[in-house]
Amino acid sequence: MLSQVYSHLDELTAVALFGIGFTLLLLDKNLMKKIIGFSMMDSGIYLFLASYGYIESRLAPIYAEDVSESSAYVNPLPAGLVLTGIVVGVSVTAVMLGLTIRLYERYHSLDIDEIAEKIRREGK
Amino acid sequence: MNRKKRDAFAPFLNWLENGGNALDAEMQDALREHDPKEALPEKTKKAKKKAVPAQKDKAREERARKAYADSWWYRLLAVVTAVTLIWLLMEAVLQMPKFGAADTLIDSELTEFYVEHTKEETGAMNIVTGIILDYRGFDTLGESHVLFIAVCTVLLMLSIYGERDEESRLKRWEEERHYEPEHDVILQSAARLLTPLILIFGLYIIVNGHLSPGGGFSGGAVLGAGLILYQNAFGYEKIERFFTYKTFRWVSVCSLLFYSLAKGYHFFTGANHLDSHIPIGTPGNILSGGLLLPLNFVVGCVVACTMYALFTMFRKGEF
Repeated sequence: MLSQVYSHLDELTAVALFGIGFTLLLLDKNLMKKIIGFSMMDSGIYLFLASYGYIESRLAPIYAEDVSESSAYVNPLPAGLVLTGIVVGVSVTAVMLGLTIRLYERYHSLDIDEIAEKIRREGK
Repeated sequence: MNRKKRDAFAPFLNWLENGGNALDAEMQDALREHDPKEALPEKTKKAKKKAVPAQKDKAREERARKAYADSWWYRLLAVVTAVTLIWLLMEAVLQMPKFGAADTLIDSELTEFYVEHTKEETGAMNIVTGIILDYRGFDTLGESHVLFIAVCTVLLMLSIYGERDEESRLKRWEEERHYEPEHDVILQSAARLLTPLILIFGLYIIVNGHLSPGGGFSGGAVLGAGLILYQNAFGYEKIERFFTYKTFRWVSVCSLLFYSLAKGYHFFTGANHLDSHIPIGTPGNILSGGLLLPLNFVVGCVVACTMYALFTMFRKGEF
């Protein structure tokens, strides 16, 4: 069991990151902390994907001289996918932060229950 | 014994039952101060005493509605869900092949094709750059547009002056000016030394994107960081000599247009088996790789502009 855990350390770290982010998202009422949790979930997924591209004792995916067999390099595909993910993650975080700023300006609070309460009261 | 146990769990139980209401009470006080409805003068309050029963009902209703998110079973359910999810994921991960083992994903045909053909077909030494800017070029085009659209959305959201009028905007602007470091010697001399180096390093990463680790996205992020450092040290007046909203607009739009046209041309000729007349050159030279170098540069420009624009907007509230 322990050796199994040791050989999967990267993936387990990724899952732990994902779990911490998910728990924050569920249990914290503060909008900023929800955004932080969301970003942590993102990072967990990136770490997971990136760690699956790695293969021991192989070269980075940049051509060395006269080596062009596919068995000589690590997998370049996850790197490309993670790049896409990071960029989209940055954009989504920016939009979420902008929305939070607007909500705070209007309702003077970051607590999601309070904001919902105020919106309900406004509706009357 | 039993009591000790209970003491040890007391914070958790308290949190489970009350949902950490200590902070909430404070928040509610602050809320009441802000709320014009509850801060009515005494006279009107007395006049409203007749309507007390109805208000009580309302209060009960409110409590019932609020209890949903605060209730202990919601919290218990959330904890159980989170723990179950983590446990399931960990079990799944332990079943997967070992970290760094040779049989992970390298056997897939796609990877083999990319590694064996990238050099001849795209002229890139960096396989990842070859993939994201040539084989999956449209995907990267979409990414750049996502960045640009995110900036536009934030700009729109922050520049709708809902309750803000011109006066409060000016006041806010003055406050912002107040926090700007004017003669911060340490920051300014560090920035004077570091900014050119950071900008040159960013350009180096972008221009060498098809030869070495890096590319448009990472280099653009470094460039953006350099701009942000410069702005922090010297203020808006200095940076607006060469980088204003207009610059941001022109650079972003021109870059995205160039990317779209170049990639569209490339795909059009490639899909119809026409000669695109774009030389690939000798892989390994700096001027090689066909469209890779200009595309990397263009992506770098978009990312740098986006980073700086997001920073400015979140700090100033406008661009």
